[in-house]
Amino acid sequence: MESGIFFSDYRSDMALRRMPLQKVRTGLLLVGLVVFPFLATPYWLNLANQIAIATIGAIGLNILVGYTGQISLGQGAFMAIGAYGAGLLTVRFGVPFYISIPVAALITAVAGLVVGLPSLRLKGLYLAVATLAAQQIVEFVVTHWTGLTGGTEALVVPAPEMFGARLNTDGRFYWILIVVALAVALFAANLFRSRVGRAWVAIRDQDIAASAIGVNVFGYKLLAFATSSFLVGLSGALLAHYRSIVTWERFTIEVSISYLAMIIIGGLGTISGSFFGATLIVLLPAMINTVGRSLQDTAPWAATVLPYVQQGVFGLVIILFLVLEPEGLARLWRNVKDYFRVWPFSY
Amino acid sequence: MQGDVFLQLTVSGLSNGMVYALVAVGFVVIFKASDVINFAQGEFLLFGAYLAFAFIGQFGLPWSVGVAVTLICAALIGLIVERLVLRPLIGEPVISMIMVTIGLSSLLRAVVNGIWGARPRAFPNFIPSGEIEFMGAVVGIDRLLVIAIAGILLTVLTLFFRHTRDGIAMRAIADDQQAALSMGISIKRVLAVAWAMAAITAAVAGIILANTVGVSHDIIFIGLRVFPVVILGGLDSVPGAVVGGGVIGLLEAYTAGYTTSGLDLIVPYIVLIVVLMVRPYGLFGKEIIERV
Repeated sequence: MESGIFFSDYRSDMALRRMPLQKVRTGLLLVGLVVFPFLATPYWLNLANQIAIATIGAIGLNILVGYTGQISLGQGAFMAIGAYGAGLLTVRFGVPFYISIPVAALITAVAGLVVGLPSLRLKGLYLAVATLAAQQIVEFVVTHWTGLTGGTEALVVPAPEMFGARLNTDGRFYWILIVVALAVALFAANLFRSRVGRAWVAIRDQDIAASAIGVNVFGYKLLAFATSSFLVGLSGALLAHYRSIVTWERFTIEVSISYLAMIIIGGLGTISGSFFGATLIVLLPAMINTVGRSLQDTAPWAATVLPYVQQGVFGLVIILFLVLEPEGLARLWRNVKDYFRVWPFSY
Repeated sequence: MQGDVFLQLTVSGLSNGMVYALVAVGFVVIFKASDVINFAQGEFLLFGAYLAFAFIGQFGLPWSVGVAVTLICAALIGLIVERLVLRPLIGEPVISMIMVTIGLSSLLRAVVNGIWGARPRAFPNFIPSGEIEFMGAVVGIDRLLVIAIAGILLTVLTLFFRHTRDGIAMRAIADDQQAALSMGISIKRVLAVAWAMAAITAAVAGIILANTVGVSHDIIFIGLRVFPVVILGGLDSVPGAVVGGGVIGLLEAYTAGYTTSGLDLIVPYIVLIVVLMVRPYGLFGKEIIERV
């Protein structure tokens, strides 16, 4: 029950989690995250790590698309820049991973600024098409600049080391990913309570009105591109070190699309939605795979259609969410919370 | 410079360009009627090609009947898609429209793959494929025919927009939706016609591609290559789609012919970015002035 709660100072009134129930949920989440790796099998740990990386990328994309309203189809390109940046820094210059990852994210942020330049003149569909072009051009550069990236051959990144331990298992990498993902979520949640975040939302909702009340629209759009691509580059760089292999196939337009799907299904302009969407899009193919495998003995043809089923379900989920619940999983989760807020005394 | 090579590149570039133009016209028709960009256009192509393959190659229908049945099926698919997927989303933000067509593309691709599998198929070509000597260059007859077929179709479409009731209704809706509604134009009907037309033009392009390059998964990528075409020509202009298709097709052919590094894959997108920076509404598009 959330009644009879009074705040007697500004600090507690402005806290990110101020209701008792919120604190309990956050506590449970943290305990769950800490306990998880001791209970989970390597298969589930692997999935959890993928979800963490995807969440970071989805929060990055959500900053641009969900909060600032600038549609980007260039997610794959930014992840590629982050991944190749981190990989090449480590392989060519022997930079330790805890330096190569932030540096790669910074490089991606600069690239994001460049791609963001057309947003001065373009919006909506046109900007989406411009970012599509950026995606194609980055893909081309990555596959054809053989001297730098190794072209279509995979770039092998040695497993990172920290405190004398090699972080080459899912269980060890989990801690890094969880800490980074939580930090990113906290950063983003606070960002949207600040001047910058509010300016972004104002631009999304009505850019002309935003500029009329003194928001520097172009400056904030560029800042959104930079911040977003910093986080996306971060997730690409983490992916490079986690997979310890970088290939261009992981960063095609398909990746851009699946990240857009994550934030649409999760809920545009919400942090929790980024996480929900990332979870669903990572788990969905894995679940279909499991079902297909279990059917393999009774129906051998199941294995051959499996990739098509995954593809079809992916498309179907996007369409169904857009038609039936455009505000996504975050909205569904809010409905559940609202239901239990006054439970059992709802009238 | 050798004239015959140049001519050969010109013909092949133009014929590719006309296929682009056909696909682009589908884009333009949908965009004109509903401000939606259809990312599933490539999958409509794929569907057209595989349907034609099924009717002509697998069921053994004569090619004229097969083509007719394919076009009817394509129109039906367009109608179904409009009714089930697009109509509930009328009035939703741009991002939803983009994503729903992307979802659609994934679904359609899965259906095609599920029915026919992913491996390329041999298509029983019915467009004659000989070669003729023309001003010292060897030119494929199929290439010339493609240019002719596309030219006829695009002329028909232009006439459609000028002179038929639905065509004029479509232009009215593109111009001002409110005013068109108050004049008694049914938006639902016009949208349905637009999607059916887009599906049909895409199916024609798909059948042409099946004849010239074969039935395979690669056809989808034509869908992405059409973005530079529509942006160059203007998103809401049928003549723009034709000119844009021609220019991009030629540009690709010349870069492929005179350079060696696969640059032709990227040149259209560079053109796209330049056009977007200089003249976002394209060569023939309607200029919308909006300042921020």
